[in-house]
Amino acid sequence: MAEAPVRLATESLTAWYGSKAGVRDVSLRFPANAVHALIGPSGCGKSTFLRALNRMHELSEGGRISGRVLLDGEDIYARGTSAMAVRRRVGMVFQRPTPFPTMSIYDNVAAGLQIERRRPRTELDGIVERALRQAALWDEVKDRLQTSAIALSGGQQQRLCIARAVAPAPEVLLFDEPTASLDPLGTQRIEELAFELKREYTIVIVTHNLQQAARVSDTTTFFYLGQMIETGATRQMFTTPRQEQTEAYITGRFG
Amino acid sequence: MSRRTWRRFTDRMMVGVLYAGAVVAVLPLLLILINLVIKGASSLNWAFFTRIPVPAGETGGGVANAIVGSGLIVGVASLVGLPIGIGAGLFCAEYPASRLAKVSRFVADVLNGTPSIVVGVFAWTWIVARQHHFSALAGSAALAMLMIPMVLRTTEEVVRLVPHALREAALALGYPRWRTALAIVARTALPGIVTGSLLSVARIAGETAPLLFTALGSQYLSFNLDQPMAALPLTVFTYATGPYAEWHQMAWATALVLILLVLGLSIAMRIATRRRFTANG
Repeated sequence: MAEAPVRLATESLTAWYGSKAGVRDVSLRFPANAVHALIGPSGCGKSTFLRALNRMHELSEGGRISGRVLLDGEDIYARGTSAMAVRRRVGMVFQRPTPFPTMSIYDNVAAGLQIERRRPRTELDGIVERALRQAALWDEVKDRLQTSAIALSGGQQQRLCIARAVAPAPEVLLFDEPTASLDPLGTQRIEELAFELKREYTIVIVTHNLQQAARVSDTTTFFYLGQMIETGATRQMFTTPRQEQTEAYITGRFG
Repeated sequence: MSRRTWRRFTDRMMVGVLYAGAVVAVLPLLLILINLVIKGASSLNWAFFTRIPVPAGETGGGVANAIVGSGLIVGVASLVGLPIGIGAGLFCAEYPASRLAKVSRFVADVLNGTPSIVVGVFAWTWIVARQHHFSALAGSAALAMLMIPMVLRTTEEVVRLVPHALREAALALGYPRWRTALAIVARTALPGIVTGSLLSVARIAGETAPLLFTALGSQYLSFNLDQPMAALPLTVFTYATGPYAEWHQMAWATALVLILLVLGLSIAMRIATRRRFTANG
């Protein structure tokens, strides 16, 4: 992984809720075209950290950050940088599927494409199909693109959300426990997808499922009590962790 | 009695109580409708809808002026009141902690508890007394004033029911705040917003007191918003409190027309805004 360029990096990132730090002083580098897992017990700050990477954290009450987040070397919190523009370059998929209930499958995928400018239908058609193919959903929905998105199963809805996130061609995809509400089969498909998608995107995934982290990720970072404890190649983290706390967590002694 | 039969008995009894409650809740509406149909339906004919009132003592005539008047007065009130009420409700739901939202919410609650006749007197003081004449527009203003706080509160409540996750999903796609509120949140809450708006239209369509001081009523068919105008509730009021048996008959029929119009409007809007998608596609 050493030769891949760094797509996303944080420098001394602290994310605050009012005067309380959700996660403190994290410096990490996420090389391009790899899956990066963030693990740790509930409340350890990994989701807060993730949400600081696309400026969603600042929407929380009292949410602000110090330090820097660099996307392709540029600070996304720099003065004059719009949070909306950042979020179009850093897509996000949430714990529960969130299809827009009033929109068709097609319109859901196209939802992020029409924000800056209107696009002609022919252009949209191509992007929507490509996004659905990337999310491995095309074959299941190609004959009913104009039907309701909420008629899909939970796993399909989550893949639809992935299609919606990749349609505007972001550089980074953030997954916030994307399989927490899915059955094993749905989970497996999302994991396969993460593996596929890293060819084009840089993926950061928060997960409670250690096996999942071991299966899909190239690097793993362990958070505990708002601190980044250890980061490294996934294989190394799971076989020879350097920190005692990491070992305790991955061997199931707490969390 | 065994425990099993006791349980079954309690179950049946509670279900029975709930049924009775539901029936009691629907009963008044049914009784009113049946009563109106019995007493008013016989007077309904083509002339009733197309003619204007005839002088006392003569038979025949209709309430076309009041139907048109109610339509215009309520229409103008809705045109003003609904956008303001819905917009303010959306604002209060999306920025619940802002000072403006807190103030609006409080004012709306106070206004909702204000008797409509007070709003009528207010409109009289500020519009009618200054212009030195009654007008339909003053009536619309009074009705809009009643409408805004109602719509504000119902809109706020239904918009708040939209899951927070949907807002986040839109924002994470790069939607600006206002577009999230309109394209995603308001769109999702639309059926509820429409229902709330309809309820308020129905409510003000039947308001009499605010119109007594403003639109006043008229015997003639008028489209001039700057002049006094007839309205269905005013006509019911005039006829019902008048001395003639034919007038009482007209009052029943007018009341029936009023309630049928409101009912028809509700049903039509329901059909028009039926959810585009249902759970089974």
